Amino acid sequence: MADETTLWISGHLAEKIRAHGAETYPHECCGALLGHDSEANGQDAVREVFGLLPLVNRRDDSPRNRFSVTAEDVLEADKSAQAQGLEVIGWYHSHPDHPARPSQYDRDHAWPWYSYVIVSVQNGAPQDMTSWRLNDDREEFSPEGIEIRHRAAV
Amino acid sequence: MSVKVIIPTPLRVYAGKRDSAEFPARTVGEALGHLTTEYSDLRKHLFTEEGKLRSFVNVYVNDEDIRYLSKENTPTKDGDTISIIPSIAGGCCCCR
Repeated sequence: MADETTLWISGHLAEKIRAHGAETYPHECCGALLGHDSEANGQDAVREVFGLLPLVNRRDDSPRNRFSVTAEDVLEADKSAQAQGLEVIGWYHSHPDHPARPSQYDRDHAWPWYSYVIVSVQNGAPQDMTSWRLNDDREEFSPEGIEIRHRAAV
Repeated sequence: MSVKVIIPTPLRVYAGKRDSAEFPARTVGEALGHLTTEYSDLRKHLFTEEGKLRSFVNVYVNDEDIRYLSKENTPTKDGDTISIIPSIAGGCCCCR
C-alpha cells in the first residue's frame, strides 16, 4: 500500500468501541465496522465508519488473548450492513493489558483492504486506539490514521 | 459447464475489481485453481505457501461449507455458486 490511508469515525462511535473494550475486559471484545469506502474515486478515496456491530467473541477457550468471529457472523454482519445501505469496511477488537499494535497472529488471520481497529485496555480502562491495514504482500500491517469527524452525535 | 465464484469485497482489487467470475470446473479445487491462475495476486490471500486453504478462509458451494462436504474435492455442477467468506480472528500476543 503506497499511501497512508485514513479512517474517519465520529467521536460517539469511537467512544462506543472503547466502551466495548472496557465492558468485556479482561476478555477481548470484537465487532464489525460498517461504513462506506469511496475507493472508486481514486486518490480522493474516503473511508468512514457510520455504524458498529458488536459481536460475541467465539473464542471461549482463550478469550483474554484471542478473538474469533465465525463465517456465519461475518455473513450476518454483511447482511446488517447492506440493510443499512453500508458495507463492512473492517473490524475492531481489544488488546487487554497489551499495546494497540497488531500481533503476528493478527497478521496471519487478516486480509488487505479491511481496516483493523485495535483498542488497548489497561487494567480495565481503554487507552490508545489505532487502525491498521494489511499490506498486499501480507508481510506487515501499515498504520492507518484515525480522524474523528466532529459533528452532532446521532 | 461453469460455476460462478463470488469474489469478496476485500479481494476484488486483486481481481480487476470484479465481484464474480465464472469458470468451467468439476470440483471446488478446480474452480479456485482457475480463479487464482487468472488472478494470481489473489492466491496468497486464499492459500498458504504450502498450497492449503488458509485456516480463516471458508468456502461454500451454494451455502454449504465444503469442510462438511469433500473439501476442495467437492464436486460442482453447472450453475453452482462458490462463495469465499473469511472468519475474523486475532489477538494480542504470541501464545496459543
